[in-house]
Amino acid sequence: MKHFKAMITITLRKSILDVQGKTVEHALHSTNFTSVDQVRIGKYVELTVHATDAQQAMSIVDDACKNIIANPIMEDHHIALEEISVGEHA
Amino acid sequence: MKFGIVVFPGSNCDHDAWYATSHNAGAQAQMLWHKDTIIPSDIDCVILPGGFSYGDYLRCGAIARVSPIMSAVCKHAEQGRFVLGICNGFQILTESGLLPGVLLRNASLSFICKDIHLRTEQILSPFTSSFEQGQILRVPIAHGEGNYFTDEQTIHILEQEQRIAFRYCDANGNATIEANPNGSINNIAGILNDKGNVLGMMPHPERCCDPLLGNSDGLGVFTSLMQTVGLY
Repeated sequence: MKHFKAMITITLRKSILDVQGKTVEHALHSTNFTSVDQVRIGKYVELTVHATDAQQAMSIVDDACKNIIANPIMEDHHIALEEISVGEHA
Repeated sequence: MKFGIVVFPGSNCDHDAWYATSHNAGAQAQMLWHKDTIIPSDIDCVILPGGFSYGDYLRCGAIARVSPIMSAVCKHAEQGRFVLGICNGFQILTESGLLPGVLLRNASLSFICKDIHLRTEQILSPFTSSFEQGQILRVPIAHGEGNYFTDEQTIHILEQEQRIAFRYCDANGNATIEANPNGSINNIAGILNDKGNVLGMMPHPERCCDPLLGNSDGLGVFTSLMQTVGLY
């Protein structure tokens, strides 16, 4: 059994106006960060998972995201997976 | 007629719902604990009250959706019995899939606590039958995530099947952009499921049921149900 750390990024779906992102974008522009654009604000979730291989770990985490961690009606999620040694946390 | 009011950790309108149904509407009411796994058979309508269940962790209603009582609530709804979700209760209903769509953060990004006007859009439902078509109600809202959103196809179905129970409007009943407090699509304040036995709404009818408070416009939601069940 292998152990993995999953780093999950959740953002509002592109079709939904990210009001918070827009507000921060305006704030950046008004403080002369004019080259910055398309600000999206989201959530970050980190967890560990044990599985036989990376593919199974990815499948478990993706399922967890679709069921609870993210709401697919309004959010997209992106998972980055990294193998860790047993007992290692974060 | 008996109401069952679910108490989640963080619910804060549960007692208001109990008072409105029992003292103001004159029905029977009992509290139900979130760890319960059955809804007593004498409960006609389950109320998921307002508040901040599980501290709004992850997303509003996301954790409450997987609490033990929710399987029984879903079964209760499948049997055609009544479920009313108010504010956080509406968010729990969308998270659990009993109602379509989601409640996004208010367009203003602010928590809004004030009286608003609602136009009664559908009076053939068991929750609204004691109102008149188009009746304007003054009801308080208190939420940070009440911006109803769903895809175009679902909105089309909701409109076509007349499943929008209440819409935000001005004092004259006009559903304008200015009268929309949170950015909800089509000024939606409350929707029904396809069978009409589940209602979710962001405004708080239970907070305006007592004449002593100067407004009892919300009472009709509860008396409609009592009329439907036939004990009022």
